[in-house]
Amino acid sequence: MTEAIRQPDIGGPAQPMLIVRDLQRHFVIRGQTRRRKDVVRAVDGVTFEVAKGETLGVVGESGCGKSTTARLLMHLTPPDRGEIILDGEKVGDPRGVSVRDLRRSVQMVFQDSFASLNPRLTICDSVAFGLRVNGQPATTARLNADAMLRMVGLTPETFSDRYPHELSGGQRQRVNIARALAMSPRVLILDEAVSALDKSVEAQVLNLLLELKERLTLTYLFISHDLAVVRYVSDRVVVMYLGKIVEVGPVGAIYDRPHHPYTRALLASRLSMNPKQRISAPPLTGDPPNPIDPPSGCRFRTRCPIAEAVCALAEPRLARVDAAHDVACHACDAGSGHTLARLTGMEGA
Amino acid sequence: MTDQTLSLPLTERPAAIRPSTSYWSGVRRRLARDPVTMICAAILLVILAAVIFAPLLFPLDPYKTSMIRRLKPPGTPGFLLGTDELGRDMLARLIHGGRLSLFMGFAPVLVATCIGATLGIIAGYAGGAVNMGIMRIMDVFYAFPSVLLAVAISGALGPGIINGLFALTLVFIPPITRVAESVTTQIRAQDFVDAARATGASATRIVTGHVLSNVAGPILVYAAGLISVSIIIASGLSFLGLGVSPPTPEWGLMLSAMRQAIYVAPVNAVLPGAMIFIVSICFNMMSDGVRSAMDVRA
Amino acid sequence: MTHENAPLPVESAAPLVSVENLSVTFRSPDKTVTVVNDVSFTLREGEALCLLGESGSGKTVTMRSLMRLLPPTAHYTGRIRLRGIDVLALKAGQLSGIRGSLVSMIFQEPMTALDPVFTIGQQIAETVRRHDGVSHAAARTRALDLLELVQIPSARRRLDAYPFELSGGLRQRAMIALALSCRPRILLADEPTTALDATVQIQVLLLLRSLQRELGMSTIFVTHDLGVACEVADRVAIMYAGRFVEHGAVDDVLTHAAHPYTEGLLHSTVHAERQGGRLEPIAGSPPDLAALPPGCSFEPRCVFARAACRAGMPPLSERGAGQLARCIRGSSIHEASAPVYDAEASL
Repeated sequence: MTEAIRQPDIGGPAQPMLIVRDLQRHFVIRGQTRRRKDVVRAVDGVTFEVAKGETLGVVGESGCGKSTTARLLMHLTPPDRGEIILDGEKVGDPRGVSVRDLRRSVQMVFQDSFASLNPRLTICDSVAFGLRVNGQPATTARLNADAMLRMVGLTPETFSDRYPHELSGGQRQRVNIARALAMSPRVLILDEAVSALDKSVEAQVLNLLLELKERLTLTYLFISHDLAVVRYVSDRVVVMYLGKIVEVGPVGAIYDRPHHPYTRALLASRLSMNPKQRISAPPLTGDPPNPIDPPSGCRFRTRCPIAEAVCALAEPRLARVDAAHDVACHACDAGSGHTLARLTGMEGA
Repeated sequence: MTDQTLSLPLTERPAAIRPSTSYWSGVRRRLARDPVTMICAAILLVILAAVIFAPLLFPLDPYKTSMIRRLKPPGTPGFLLGTDELGRDMLARLIHGGRLSLFMGFAPVLVATCIGATLGIIAGYAGGAVNMGIMRIMDVFYAFPSVLLAVAISGALGPGIINGLFALTLVFIPPITRVAESVTTQIRAQDFVDAARATGASATRIVTGHVLSNVAGPILVYAAGLISVSIIIASGLSFLGLGVSPPTPEWGLMLSAMRQAIYVAPVNAVLPGAMIFIVSICFNMMSDGVRSAMDVRA
Repeated sequence: MTHENAPLPVESAAPLVSVENLSVTFRSPDKTVTVVNDVSFTLREGEALCLLGESGSGKTVTMRSLMRLLPPTAHYTGRIRLRGIDVLALKAGQLSGIRGSLVSMIFQEPMTALDPVFTIGQQIAETVRRHDGVSHAAARTRALDLLELVQIPSARRRLDAYPFELSGGLRQRAMIALALSCRPRILLADEPTTALDATVQIQVLLLLRSLQRELGMSTIFVTHDLGVACEVADRVAIMYAGRFVEHGAVDDVLTHAAHPYTEGLLHSTVHAERQGGRLEPIAGSPPDLAALPPGCSFEPRCVFARAACRAGMPPLSERGAGQLARCIRGSSIHEASAPVYDAEASL
């Protein structure tokens, strides 16, 4: 029944599913000590594309803006600036698609499986809610909701009339996936969707997500702090740091030939999984800085092992280093004046 | 498309089928296990039944005075609870008075809950300037002690039941609005509200479909706690001569009238006060009980 | 910095921590749930043990039992000895004598474990003064030493910082400093890095590893993350439904797992090099502790389950040097190809 209300492929296979240009969102908060307003630069000029049928992984540490980006994409938080183009149609434009249509085409699964279900509604009613909002009569909506539950591996006979608190974390997350898919979306945003699950359950849900993607020809935006999981599911990866994209490229390139010093450090921080080859020195010192007052120039420079004077002066631009592989680092940008720049440039040539 | 399961190993094997327990059935179970709440509920039910049905079943005249039977002690034949300073039957007066006192307890809280919950949910869900506007107005009222505010409003409007009800309603709107606003703000921040927004649902739809069911409990529990306050303030207004006027029986008014008799017939004089005390403490303890039964962690 | 911790006279024969047949049961009007069931282990001076398991496996409760930090509804049976002291026999008043000085604990969320209204320095100095009875100035000096010990940059300035003014990593370091302030011999760490970012997590793990070595402490980690166990543990105990299902040296357990659950965990963990393809998760979800299956708790999810598994809970049995597993299959899964299996099942 999902085919019946499937939305058509408008722009053709070559048109990216999502184009995000210069997305920005700053939050004004009351300063903690001084009598002034602080600005959190949560997402600061983010540009990327998601091709049809691909999984774009987004990695980064807390405060890097990956979750805010997800919320901006769905207009759950309105962006200050920037445009979102869904399959060739600009969102919010009179000639493009409305925010309401965007929300139907793009659905989201949140990290906290419990908070994302209404504790007072049965599983079936939660899944059916969106269908009813979009005009299905109650009985049809419930039947379709049951079918969605079956699709995510929950037998409706057992689970339909249960309440969220009676389910395990993995089961609840399946319900959340069913609810998102009930809207027949084309894009599914998974915001740390498996991060809170136990490992054995995480693997089940990852398998489910991969099967559903193939079966329903979905496009995924997979946000996670878990580098291993992102590598496992993604085709391309975006690395974010303090509201900016620092590196973007095919998953193999990012993991095997990372260029940005932050990406390198992040990858080197992965636990060894081998007691005989333990990590002996931390790849980075200190914590990510506060997004309220990010460093000038390159935001990573305060923790960067190869920072130079130029890094404090100018913000690095995303420069192409390899096929479809962009890096925002002065050391990778031949024209920047960084002493390592020429070296990397030659490597690329 | 058939609704075949994916080729997944069927990971969720149906566990032992047990009846699904909704949130409210859990609340009911926890309430049933709480003896204090159940006893309070039973006492209130008995009092409520008495004030509603007793006058219909038995000939009770709360107005018949008798100068020779003044201030008879409880247990006097024909006067189970004795008589008051004008020789009227205390039992009849307590029962008839209970009708008015309980009505003065319920009605203002009910009306105030409807208005306050609506305002609070709007303020909490809309946030921003709307919230600011509604809540600041409420804060102005909230700044006065509730008794003082009720006395001031009723004093300005003059004595009478309607004016008393109006004053009490106005007094209770701000606190209920505040509670409704704060629980709505909490629910508003939950992911399931965002998920509902993501389906394209309108604000009204989200409020009726998701918010209301989650905020109703806490608001009603809080309102139930106000009933006792309302009875006490209503009695207080009557006591001060602002609410009900004599000879209409009302607990507060009776307490006021009997206070000169406190040394002559202490038991009789204390009876209306005891009723106010019992009813309000039962409402308070019951709302506490319901509140803790509604706490899932309990 | 180790000199301030003069080694205590301990007979080398007696283990520092010895837990025998510990069971913890929670009673509520609704039901009685046994959260920890017949857990036994020992820990020597300077050793690091990692309790590994999923949510609800009883790992945190096991650890908290060592300090009797559980709510009053908990009932303990069995025996816990810390440096010979029978913890379960202590009176409530005597517990504070061992908490902090003999055994100390760090938590997952430092923001809730630190008091928000006192500075880091005040909190550490106060603890030092209470335990050692030293002067204000001496306590403050010691607090500064401790902050330097946990490698907090510009420690002197950070002494006067409130917890909210510190970043997550620094807060976790401050909590470690607080836990070390009374020179504990045993440090308990409950998911100490779960709330931290990847680049900070490795810093804190390395810090804990080096502190343990320098101070010669015994450490018990609770974690759900195999990677953390690999980085810090000497020995690892895998918990499932309140019981140890496998226990041994970290190398042995992770390279040749003997219990199907351990094997399943290793398979379902997304390893660094994995890309695409299907994972092999463990089917089903962990059991309800109030209604455990009759035999082996893992039987309903186990791919090797057979009739004998439902008969009773298998005991922990020896699998080579110091490795124990609670499974009727005699050897590790690698060796147990199908024909061997039946023969070994009779064990």
